Amino acid sequence: MPEERPTPETRDAWERQVLEPFVAKRPERADLFVTGSGQPVERLYTADDLEAQDEARELGFPGSYPYTRGVYPTMYRGRLWTMRQYAGFGTAAESNQRYRYLLERGQTGLSVAFDLCTQIGYDSDHALARGEVGKVGVAISTLEDMETLLADIPLDQVSTSMTINSTAAILLAMYLAVARRRGIAWEKLRGTVQNDILKEYIARGTYIFPPQPSMRVITDMFAFCAREVPGWNPISISGYHIREAGSTAAQEIAFTLADGVAYVQAALDAGLDVDRFAGRLSFFFNAHNDLLEEVAKFRAARRMWARIMRERFGARHPSSWALRFHAQTSGVSLTAQQPHNNVARVTIQALAAVLGGAQSLHTNAMDEALALPTEEAVRIALRTQQVVAYESGIGNTIDPLGGSYAVESLTNSLEAEAGALIERIDAMGGMVRAVESGFVQREIQESAYRMQREIESGERAIVGVNRFQEEEGTKIPILRVDPQLEREQVERLRAFRAARSGDALRRALHALKRAAESGENLMPPIIEAVDRGVTLGEISDILRQVFGEYRESVTV
Amino acid sequence: MTENRSDRPIRVLVAKPGLDGHDRGAKVVARALKDAGMEVIYTGIRQTPEAIVNAAIQEDVDAIGLSILSGAHRELFPAIMSGLRAQGGEEILVFAGGVIPDDDIEFCRELGIRAIFGPGTPIEEAIRFIRENVQR
Repeated sequence: MPEERPTPETRDAWERQVLEPFVAKRPERADLFVTGSGQPVERLYTADDLEAQDEARELGFPGSYPYTRGVYPTMYRGRLWTMRQYAGFGTAAESNQRYRYLLERGQTGLSVAFDLCTQIGYDSDHALARGEVGKVGVAISTLEDMETLLADIPLDQVSTSMTINSTAAILLAMYLAVARRRGIAWEKLRGTVQNDILKEYIARGTYIFPPQPSMRVITDMFAFCAREVPGWNPISISGYHIREAGSTAAQEIAFTLADGVAYVQAALDAGLDVDRFAGRLSFFFNAHNDLLEEVAKFRAARRMWARIMRERFGARHPSSWALRFHAQTSGVSLTAQQPHNNVARVTIQALAAVLGGAQSLHTNAMDEALALPTEEAVRIALRTQQVVAYESGIGNTIDPLGGSYAVESLTNSLEAEAGALIERIDAMGGMVRAVESGFVQREIQESAYRMQREIESGERAIVGVNRFQEEEGTKIPILRVDPQLEREQVERLRAFRAARSGDALRRALHALKRAAESGENLMPPIIEAVDRGVTLGEISDILRQVFGEYRESVTV
Repeated sequence: MTENRSDRPIRVLVAKPGLDGHDRGAKVVARALKDAGMEVIYTGIRQTPEAIVNAAIQEDVDAIGLSILSGAHRELFPAIMSGLRAQGGEEILVFAGGVIPDDDIEFCRELGIRAIFGPGTPIEEAIRFIRENVQR
């Protein structure tokens, strides 16, 4: 009998003759199957589902518009993704040790976590810093702290990603000042500052200033980096935290890309040429548990961004169209119960990121629902991505799930859902408005609450939590930050302040204030200020005076 | 004349001490308590111990739920509990959640925090706990 391509008629016949009698005897596990985000999933996808799809237009080739299949023509056959573990705690010296530990074990890029005081612009001795110094990342108040943090790390060879937003201009200024003191040309530096303030209002909470002046600092950094630090990504537009806060996959794409649109528009309004900065915009997404939905999410995001940049903003340069992204495995998916199970979750999520074409990846450690990760847990997390990279073989062919009926269908449906949401935001007047009105936050809260109810009802299974529980808890060692570190950091800071020259300090602060008021680019006076010994908290205070502070209005 | 407490719904302050902005848990719990018929006041993020104590006293709450994920609980919880005692709020039922290691549960209990609901706790459990333990 000759092989036949399935048609709607042969499918009908299969359903009647094969499927129905089978299901009559052995019913399926549920009436409705859904993705991790709650989107219905069909029993079977076939060529029919993609019939309307123009492959040349929707998929194209890797390294070519619209980049659905990947941003580079060879992807991981050329170079594996960057293995970049987010790390930092306690003092600068302690974090520096952890970075060197990771680099010695084959990590290929740095990723700096700062404590909350540093992220919100308070020096370590501020009243609000009490108990927070060095807790979720390293405490950096002064250029001296930054020099200690980066000691013996070859800044011209590693790329450094810094998770810093409201105070990104200050931390980047410190990084540049350290490089200058070491005689390393700024053109040789590679790295990223997260610098995505909109998602701080939406989901992460480390905002300082109101949206308008915050957007201005960001466009100042775009302009400065394009001119002076061309290898630096001045922003990492982040869906990660939006997803962690409870969004669905489609909301993650939509809110992230809508944030991107707002930054591009702000830069254009500030008089920048789109192709001068767009190639340095980078993204940061979550890698969650539903493997196929996540792979589809990354592919859909790439295609949508390429179209936004080319069609909406008229970018002409291919690098302006390509969405490059870092991925991190999902923190909220980690369970405190039976923590070793998290290694399996992280493996699936890492596969999703790589099958989705990530440029760099952080894999979470199994103990992160309990505390900051121990060195051993971090090593296992790094080894997990090394196993994926060197043993699984999935990096040897490009976009290996491309053409899968299921993955292509999910890619299309996520694109449609996210696209509709972006249109709603445009109709509200853009993302800044949508955030100020609380729309985005409410959408995410709704999704988070729905998921929680599904967990409580048992509809959504979580192994070890609402299924397959153990009576006995598992004890694993956890990391504690020594409270003595806070006292030492405060003493160091006070000694640093006492040794400064008053005149140079006052001049630097004055120049900074003038720039903040006049609208001239803030980066040069901030670099000057940190170099003269002005602290992170002092710079932030000047900017608070000029810009004011943001107050969130919350509704639950 | 003071309002008769047992005539009104249980009133809960959900509070985020410290600087961490991760408030998914706090908001989900606030919403669930509200759906369970309680009156809920959510402070928003970045509250000092003093602000939390003042809000609890002014709003005359029956219970306080503290949510913290940054690890600063060992410094901030004692300040909140002593503030409550100093202002006559020792009757208020205090419970907490977030990223709090098992080893710190005893520390929290000794401060007078009556329950710690770690990651993965069903919210039903917290609701039942509040109903059974609140002083009215």
